[in-house]
Amino acid sequence: MADASNVDAFVEFERVQKSYDGENLVVKDLNLTMPKGEFLTMLGPSGSGKTTCLMMLAGFETATHGDIRLDGVSINNIPPHKRGIGMVFQNYALFPHMTIAENLSFPLEVRKMGKSEREEKVKRALDMVEMGAFGGRRPSQLSGGQQQRIALARALVFEPELVLMDEPLGALDKQLREKMQFEITHLAHRLGITVVYVTHDQTEALTMSDRVAVFDDGRIQQIAPPDQLYESPENSFVAQFIGENNTLEGTVKEINNGVALVQLDDGELIDCKPVNVSRPGERTRVSIRPERVEYNKERLQEGVHTLKAEVLEFIYMGDIFRTRLRVAGNDEFIIKTRNAPDQTRLQPGQQIEIGWLPEDCRALDA
Amino acid sequence: MTDISQSGPVLAADGTPLKRSLARALRLQKMRALLLIAPLLLFILLTFILPVADMLYRSVDNRIVQDVLPRTVQALEDWDPASNQLPEEAAFAALAADLKEAANAKTHTKVAKRLNYENPGMASVFRKSGRKIKKWDVENDGPYRERLIDLNKGWGDVELWKTIKTYSGIRTSGYFLNAVDMQLGADGAEMRPENERIYNTMLIRTMRMSLIITFSCILLGYPVAWLLANLPASKANLLLILVLLPFWTSLLVRTSAWKILLQQQGVINDTLVWIGLVDDANRLVLINNELGTIIAMTHILLPFMILPMYSVMQTINPTYMRAAKSMGATDWTAFWRVYFPQSVPGIGAGSILVFILAVGYYITPALVGGTKGTFISNLIAYHISTSGNWGLGAALGAILLAVVLLLYWVYDKIVGIDNVKLG
Repeated sequence: MADASNVDAFVEFERVQKSYDGENLVVKDLNLTMPKGEFLTMLGPSGSGKTTCLMMLAGFETATHGDIRLDGVSINNIPPHKRGIGMVFQNYALFPHMTIAENLSFPLEVRKMGKSEREEKVKRALDMVEMGAFGGRRPSQLSGGQQQRIALARALVFEPELVLMDEPLGALDKQLREKMQFEITHLAHRLGITVVYVTHDQTEALTMSDRVAVFDDGRIQQIAPPDQLYESPENSFVAQFIGENNTLEGTVKEINNGVALVQLDDGELIDCKPVNVSRPGERTRVSIRPERVEYNKERLQEGVHTLKAEVLEFIYMGDIFRTRLRVAGNDEFIIKTRNAPDQTRLQPGQQIEIGWLPEDCRALDA
Repeated sequence: MTDISQSGPVLAADGTPLKRSLARALRLQKMRALLLIAPLLLFILLTFILPVADMLYRSVDNRIVQDVLPRTVQALEDWDPASNQLPEEAAFAALAADLKEAANAKTHTKVAKRLNYENPGMASVFRKSGRKIKKWDVENDGPYRERLIDLNKGWGDVELWKTIKTYSGIRTSGYFLNAVDMQLGADGAEMRPENERIYNTMLIRTMRMSLIITFSCILLGYPVAWLLANLPASKANLLLILVLLPFWTSLLVRTSAWKILLQQQGVINDTLVWIGLVDDANRLVLINNELGTIIAMTHILLPFMILPMYSVMQTINPTYMRAAKSMGATDWTAFWRVYFPQSVPGIGAGSILVFILAVGYYITPALVGGTKGTFISNLIAYHISTSGNWGLGAALGAILLAVVLLLYWVYDKIVGIDNVKLG
């Protein structure tokens, strides 16, 4: 087995499939390799198979086909309690009939650890999440954010090398969520643990992870560091799912020197970077990020193709302006501009010309 | 406008205190709510609370002796029973007058019955004398002592007079003492002779068997409730229907079915004999004893255990078990340390329900209990409907009620009634 796997691999999925009913595959041919110490996020819409993958790794679901390896050892037939994987659940799953200290002590007790050692570890874990004074309380006496910290401490107290988190911040309000995002990433890096984090919140995925695996339809659509994922999506699902995105549909006319000439459906021509189109005549979806669209003619490069646009709506959002345009028959074309002193505020009804760098405009699958 | 910064009670906009104004606003709502439940309230008052209160009063009520024998009771006031001498002539005269009047009004049998509970044999003395005394001309027929003793030797017995004196008050503890196998003797309350004691045995047996039934229900019901709470919805619904099915069948039918199954020539014994596990000559005695009552009642009360347990287990999130396992607990440890403690409120609710129902159960023990497997409620029923000793029946019922309340209180102290959940 060891020779087949990557040397650095700590967690590995090899050709893993999962079906619940014997008719539909929830997870289709999953291959994934994670080095030790990585913070990987599984991101995707609900029903994309990300939680199933996490449950297979934790041992609560069995893979229908394929091999899951932990530190080079196949764990398909190892029951969950022998895997030594820490886990944080969406609803925290703190045992309501135990105090906080008893909750934290539980994983140590089942490991037959001595009382004094247990107490010391529990104290250290509570201090780690700054909840040292709460050991005697019951979970129901804590706020959502405090319960979240305790759940985290409980998953870490027995010092697992791998920790799984299943949408752990889903129940918190926005401010607290952002605070906890940083705390979790800092803690994970400080302790050097490997984390698999499941979420459907793309901001969370981008801000926390070393790498993000975007799931859809039971497959990983793209797995890459956050910046790459945002700036170089490999297909139109990822482009649509991560961040805000403008889409124009058309046909490839020609591809020259790494630049594709695309004829939009209303006849206009634009220059794009071919990502997964290879020959003229192919249908394509062109993707441009709202903040990469330029309407100030002086800032546009010489000779690039421009498009006519009509301003439909101007929305003032404080730090940025969000303007909705009609471009090539698309009423939902958004551009974002920074609120700077020299920035022009577009008026509804205004006719403008927009353009962009060819490499910011990606021709993806239709 | 009201000034908020003022001291004293907060005032509403029109200057009345806010509290009164609020109460007035809510009064109409309260009245309407009361009106809605009024029919039920009235119904319960008339058919439940009043009869129960009446029954409880009957357990201490002793007006009959004073009502029927007023002169005798008065004449005996100065008599000292400890002297072991028959009372004075005046008492006999009073008795003769009372008895003749009672015989004409036909109330002498009632007082005879009442006193006979305390001193068996008194009923016949009263009844026989009553028949004959009607012919007397009480005013002039002296001396009463000789004539009465002549009429019935019983009147010459000091014990009889003692009984009348002891039970001449309008309230009595006699029924309650009787219900716990005691009686009023010369020196106050004392235990009855060994061979006359039955009620304590019955009460203890009822408690013991109810406990056994409750534990059997927990053992049998827990896995079913767990399945109900953890199966996929479609299968769980089917199982729930199976659990509820007994409710749609008459209690009598189910008990009779157990008779057919459990009797010595019944289905179970026949099958065991046929397989060869039991010898034909030594068929198992499964019915008309404690075992029969326990089997039949466990079956009948099982749904009352399963349903509260199920509704509590439904609220236990399955991720608790997953969390426990992810932390290294085996299936058993996860169940015992994490799942079971959270299901205890359901067990508590089911146990209280089953135990209280079992303690007062009547039909099933009467049908399958024989003599060894009957409950205290069967004795209560006997006193109410057969022997006519309502006072004793009421006293037994009151004791049963007190015991149940006491157990409820103990349970509250140990487990806490807040921990009981029906869902």
